[in-house]
Amino acid sequence: MIPAAFEYYRPKDMAGVLSILEEHGDDARVMAGGHSLIPMMKLRMADVPHLIDLQDVGGMSDVSIGSDSIRIGALVTQHDIIDNDALAAAAPILREAALQIADPQVRYMGTVGGNVANGDPGNDMPGLMQCLGATFTVVGADGERDIPARDFYEAAYMTAREDDEVLTAVTIPMPHGGYAYEKQKRKIGDYATAAAAAQIVKGGTTCASASIAMTNLSDTPVFSEAAGAALVGTSVDDAAIKAAIAAMLGDIDPTEDNRGPVAFKKHVAGVILRRAIERAWSRA
Amino acid sequence: MSNKKHYKITVNGKDEEFLAEPRELLIYTLRERLNITGPHIGCETSHCGACTVTIDGKSVKACTMFVAQADGKDITTIEGIGGPDDLHPLQNAFKEHHGLQCGYCTPGMITRATKLLEENPNPTEEDIRFGMAGNICRCTGYQNIVKSIQAAAAEMNAAQSSSSEVVGHKSVEAAE
Repeated sequence: MIPAAFEYYRPKDMAGVLSILEEHGDDARVMAGGHSLIPMMKLRMADVPHLIDLQDVGGMSDVSIGSDSIRIGALVTQHDIIDNDALAAAAPILREAALQIADPQVRYMGTVGGNVANGDPGNDMPGLMQCLGATFTVVGADGERDIPARDFYEAAYMTAREDDEVLTAVTIPMPHGGYAYEKQKRKIGDYATAAAAAQIVKGGTTCASASIAMTNLSDTPVFSEAAGAALVGTSVDDAAIKAAIAAMLGDIDPTEDNRGPVAFKKHVAGVILRRAIERAWSRA
Repeated sequence: MSNKKHYKITVNGKDEEFLAEPRELLIYTLRERLNITGPHIGCETSHCGACTVTIDGKSVKACTMFVAQADGKDITTIEGIGGPDDLHPLQNAFKEHHGLQCGYCTPGMITRATKLLEENPNPTEEDIRFGMAGNICRCTGYQNIVKSIQAAAAEMNAAQSSSSEVVGHKSVEAAE
């Protein structure tokens, strides 16, 4: 419950953030909503001698919806996502997923940027962003660079973001077609036993394109290109769904924990993906 | 090592200034430093919501915020929602509908419920259960908490509509 002592900084701009990161290297970390980092600090699982609070840094709390993409600032909270009707009209899967993350209090504080940058495979937004083909913008001493969500996750808590970089925004190509975020969990606020994000576009009576990603079934989120490919050109009938599930099962690598043994997680992954595909298809 | 800093927060309308280490969790600031002991501590993993307070219009678990983050903020706790002689409709409804037993979750529950009803004055039972899902209770089984919030919502809406009728009536008079 009691975190170790730290130096606290609340810079007013990104230049201030970057200079503290540069000065203290691995000993400094940025904090957004604090609802993953503070719990880890309270358990002394995270040691942060220099804590940089991003709350006063401007320019990261906006959602802008363009004609072909959506840009979400890193400090936009889950509550903001749910509360934004224009965003829900443009990308309804975001609200559907955000409502399955944590609980009301955590959603007022927890941010999109923190969720995707955290690197915990239990977080829901990483898989969702891989499904949507999102890009993460990070800024460091050498300026900005964009990293595709599908290339961002390397292992548990290991991402393509360098220690001296800050994730500032998530950009999503305007999604089309039907969508679903299906999550199996033990209770409110739990990370998924298995979750699936699906976005499916219909062309005539068959599937024109499909994007599938899975949550908490490996040490990273899993974008299953093969699962999506198994649906394309089909009428998304039972055989096609079975093929997609088989392809997905080839891409995940769950481990046993309190949510169940590996065989159970694979079973749940299949059930959840079927539900996600069926619901996304029904909305396509 | 001590690295105390000067902080100023407003709690229930009162400005509080003090020296504290940045790592002090807001729940301890409230309880131990300011003697505002309504918000409680039920866990160390940010699940139970017994520490819920309202900060700048958000329901926040005060165990998951450092005092340094709260510097400059406006905070409302159960003590600021109503007192024994001036109960908030939610406090009265929890009393009337047996929405508490041991009382440990109640400050967080009621504080959270004030925000829920502000955002959604006419919640369904499902809205209430989902909107209160960040608050755990060991005694009630939640059923009477739902009833309490429904009753408070009904009372607050009735008070709202009667006051707007008065306003409407007055505006008619003014027009005449």
